[in-house]
Amino acid sequence: MSDVNRAIDAVWRIESPRLIAGLARITGDVGIAEDLAQDALVAALERWPQTGVPDNPGAWLMATAKHRAIDLHRRSKRIERKHEQIGHELDAQQEMSVSDLDTALDDDIGDDLLRLMFTACHPVLSTEARVALTLRLLGGLTTDEIARAFVVPAATVAQRIVRAKRTLSEARVPFEVPRGADRDARLSSVLGVIYLVFNEGYSATAGEDWTRPALCEDALRLGRVLAELTPNDAEVHGLVALMEIQASRLRARTGPRGEPILLLDQDRGKWDRLLITRGLAALARAEQLGGARGPYALQAAIVACHARARTADETDWERIVALYDALAELTPSPIIELNRAVAVSMAYGPAMALELVNELRSEPALKSYHLLPSVRGDLLMKLGRLGEAKPEFEHAASLTRNIRERDLLLDRARKAGNGEKS
Amino acid sequence: MRFMTIYKPGEESTTPPTAEHMADMGKFIEELAKSGVLLSTDGLQHSSKGARVTMNADGSFKVVDGPFTEAKEIIGGYAIINVKSKAEAVELTKRFLRVAGGGQSEIREMHEQPAFDSRSSAQSANAGQRQQQATL
Repeated sequence: MSDVNRAIDAVWRIESPRLIAGLARITGDVGIAEDLAQDALVAALERWPQTGVPDNPGAWLMATAKHRAIDLHRRSKRIERKHEQIGHELDAQQEMSVSDLDTALDDDIGDDLLRLMFTACHPVLSTEARVALTLRLLGGLTTDEIARAFVVPAATVAQRIVRAKRTLSEARVPFEVPRGADRDARLSSVLGVIYLVFNEGYSATAGEDWTRPALCEDALRLGRVLAELTPNDAEVHGLVALMEIQASRLRARTGPRGEPILLLDQDRGKWDRLLITRGLAALARAEQLGGARGPYALQAAIVACHARARTADETDWERIVALYDALAELTPSPIIELNRAVAVSMAYGPAMALELVNELRSEPALKSYHLLPSVRGDLLMKLGRLGEAKPEFEHAASLTRNIRERDLLLDRARKAGNGEKS
Repeated sequence: MRFMTIYKPGEESTTPPTAEHMADMGKFIEELAKSGVLLSTDGLQHSSKGARVTMNADGSFKVVDGPFTEAKEIIGGYAIINVKSKAEAVELTKRFLRVAGGGQSEIREMHEQPAFDSRSSAQSANAGQRQQQATL
């Protein structure tokens, strides 16, 4: 790649979400907006190697995209007078100079980005489609990058995105930020998509790598953008806090050969103090806004307990159990119960925890969840019941799709079989 | 990728920046935060308030109080940004310098791993044998 092409790539990363968001407001259609933005990118790739990158590349791309939009509109007007309203708006905007355009964009761009987030995460779309569309439109990722991140063929992602854009268009999903009660439900969909991306980076469900830090960074960037756009939504800050603090442990989570290192074994000196500071500040913000009891803020408070403990022994497990109690009450889930059981084992001993875990064995939702036998095996080990622990680890290993995690579990099974109480 | 950008204005002024300049810079930094890339930034006070500490070959120290004389080398501020590529850091730095009105920024990629591993490799090899704990 030449220097100019690298520069264009960088400009695209910086500008494309704003560009697509602005164009989506004008055209009312996310798919058309992305096509126009892509056209502008192609124009830049043709022009900039000769002229150099302009001083305000964002405004250049926007002006180019708008001209294309006007062309497109005129062509379609000759054939059918369907998009008249879009045309009026475009004609009016054509009168504006580039600097006016730039100012207008500055004023609205935050709202447009927020609209784009809500639209890309619209419930009319499947979860996979929301994720792909959000990374593509707001994260500036290419189809190939998304495919690599989720270990699926590029063609699958491309098709998902095409279909998602068509679905939004056919369902006539308005390009807007919803209001009232609807807003809360839709916001939680946006948060869910961002956290799903983060989690896929934090402990990959499939493939060779235990973590994919780049995906965590993408999710964090989206979360930080959202927090700036919705400064008074406590749960947004709760999610950002959760992600910042979890990400602070990323480099301590993987050993020299790519193997997972679990929380209590991590070298806390490797934790990223900058991200912890940012995370704790975001958590404080969520609490100031009265959101301490939101599901993300509660999870953030749990990870904050770890972040604040200088050594694993200093961890306030009783507080963590209490936070899990609150979380389980708010959003009952067997996975939360399982995590709570782990905290109980640390605070009150493995025997009490094993009783809780045994109750979870009949949960259909955990039937193929590898951490259930994995936790059970661990508790049995702690209670000295090594013979019973071995098949639990083997079962857990057969359930995970992550190779690194499977190796770890098989190693533990082997040790339990040898009578090594590690 | 995480970069530190280190700004050298090329001169050390004793007069504070104008209100307009401050406002422009404030707006730029706000934009950077809004785009989710800015992790940390700050400006540095006049070098007369600082010092340079040097360790000599014999292990003794030399401490020289500011102000420093080589104006071109004086650091005015820094930012830590999280971006996808060096080219993105370069592009954002150009925008910063335009607002700053001149000078030079050095862009350095930060270590993904800490420079020194406080844990021996033998310990690391034994790590990872306990159960995942409450990471939810």
